[in-house]
Amino acid sequence: MSHAVLSSRRPSADTEAAALEVRGLGKSFPLGGLFSRESVRALHGVDLAIGRGEIVALVGESGSGKSTLARCVARLERPSAGEILIDGVDVLKRDRFQASRAFRSQLQMVFQDPFGSLNPAHRVEHFLRRSLAIHRKGGSSETETRQRLEELMTTVGLQADMLNSYPHELSGGQRQRVAIARALAVEPQVILADEPTSMLDVSVRIGVLNLMRKLRDEQGISMLYITHDLASARYLADRTAVMFAGELVEEGESLDLLANAAHPYTQLLVSAVPDPARAGSYDPVRRAELRQAVMASTSCAFDGDPNQACSAEEPVRHGVGDPENRHWVRCHLYRPQAGAGGHALATEPTDNKASA
Amino acid sequence: MTVSQVSFGSHEPVLDVKNLSVKYIGDTRSTTAVDRVSFSIGTGEVFGLAGESGCGKSTIANSIMRLLKDPAKIAGGSISFGGKDVLAMSPEELRGFRWQDVAMVFQSAMNSLNPVLTIGEQIVDIFTTHAGYSRKESLRRAGQLLELVRIDPARLKSYPHQLSGGMRQRAVIAMAVALKPSLLILDEPTTALDVVVQQEIMAQIKELQRELGFSVLFITHDMSLMVELSHRMAVMYGGRIVETAKAQDVYANPRHPYTQALMGAFPPLTGPRVPLTGLPDGVKFRNIPDLTEAAPGHFVAPVSADASAADTAIMEGAAR
Repeated sequence: MSHAVLSSRRPSADTEAAALEVRGLGKSFPLGGLFSRESVRALHGVDLAIGRGEIVALVGESGSGKSTLARCVARLERPSAGEILIDGVDVLKRDRFQASRAFRSQLQMVFQDPFGSLNPAHRVEHFLRRSLAIHRKGGSSETETRQRLEELMTTVGLQADMLNSYPHELSGGQRQRVAIARALAVEPQVILADEPTSMLDVSVRIGVLNLMRKLRDEQGISMLYITHDLASARYLADRTAVMFAGELVEEGESLDLLANAAHPYTQLLVSAVPDPARAGSYDPVRRAELRQAVMASTSCAFDGDPNQACSAEEPVRHGVGDPENRHWVRCHLYRPQAGAGGHALATEPTDNKASA
Repeated sequence: MTVSQVSFGSHEPVLDVKNLSVKYIGDTRSTTAVDRVSFSIGTGEVFGLAGESGCGKSTIANSIMRLLKDPAKIAGGSISFGGKDVLAMSPEELRGFRWQDVAMVFQSAMNSLNPVLTIGEQIVDIFTTHAGYSRKESLRRAGQLLELVRIDPARLKSYPHQLSGGMRQRAVIAMAVALKPSLLILDEPTTALDVVVQQEIMAQIKELQRELGFSVLFITHDMSLMVELSHRMAVMYGGRIVETAKAQDVYANPRHPYTQALMGAFPPLTGPRVPLTGLPDGVKFRNIPDLTEAAPGHFVAPVSADASAADTAIMEGAAR
């Protein structure tokens, strides 16, 4: 194993339009019957920007709203509020009713379950050929298309003769590579990957992560990597954003964020990751304090700092450490109105599959 | 010294599995899911069984409980529990063996609770059926049991859907230890749960284990979790054990390339970002030989990339 340190990108901030940016994104789902006015707030005021060639990880527990965000950005769900900008253009205004083909060629998704996302009745070639045909990326002749197909397979690390295989003949890792090739066929500038490795066998997960990094390094594709696995977010992503109860609570350069987690929710997540290097470090008292701090913080670490105004009403963002790391944390005093995931950590130490 | 003599707890093994083979027999061909597997678990010891899906770890758990159904057949070997031959037990003996001697928590155990009975009714059922207590006494014990896993005894009146996933899982664990079994089998007890809840449940199991002193067979694919909880562990691949040692030794010094790949699949939370490789696609080990002692208490199946060596595992596809 080489001990070269992996590169991470720090795009020169704000000099160019972000590849993907969401502003004030909100989504609520109606509850109850047709005439009910109740609703669950799954997302609220999410601001997130992904620079060109940057990998951003979105982490949080189940029910925190990460997948809802992905579905909104992919236009599989209509957001209740906010803007989604690609290259500085608001796609919600441009294509008002549904995602256009132009949008799909800019942004592609890779889903969690490679067993469900590939039609078992077709060969691998069909999936890739269809993507090429729909988005007219197959070139003008059959020879060019063929060449492109083989190129795609090589890019994702599969043998070209697997084009003739059916999905059931492939392993989970190979299927996920096919799903990635299908996304690549369109030559997108952003790939949304929603838990792309959680259904894979552990020994092949890292291979898929390495492939994603390679695509970024070689083709400059930006990625939003959605996961509940902090260690893999740290491994892959340049920046990590933490989502709790439908809102972002902390964001920053991945290594810095995990080393100097400032929000109690991030600290809670970090402390819960199994790590043999610190076996036996679980402390129920500290855990109860963290839970308390997540649900109802009585003080903010920046309270009293004249340069950092605290607020219990506004979601103020405090800068943490070196500005170079673009690390911020939402004021601890601010408490979101409990939405979908809001009671995820409520009084009882429980998990919660709210509004799945 | 043989593998079965190395145990962490007392020298008297609670469970002793020797050369166990399980086959799934089909009409045209059969598959060997578990191939000549031997291990033993001492009193009060936590023994981990790691491996990926399809490697046979759950089949082993089901063999110990005698829960295998057609087309699975135990093709050879022995399982002895506290000196009794498990494979020779009559249905009547099995009724006493299951739950009272060995209890098991299944992968999605929290969904195995009966949705139309309250938690209390389900726990009381265990005591009245298996231990013969009166209803009143059973109810008292059920309350104590919930307290043991930090659930308010008032929850006895709740139905499963009124509890969160984590609470249901803890209730199931409480039910598993209700009759004070000497061995608890945990088959991926936390895979369906969030990390925060997972850690709390693992801490709870550790505490229960210390309090009640039972042995644990812990099955998971998460190496970090396994190393944290287990005293000793074995890594399985394709129905065979490829490495077994103290968990800390496996973590600090994995010797088999498959174990190394599994360890390498979990990026660390500290230190610089170092490229990891995992197991390359298409690498397969075939004809895995019996374990040999590579270091004191550290047993590894020998590996060589050289196909002509008949005695060692053959590593395929690595050169591609």
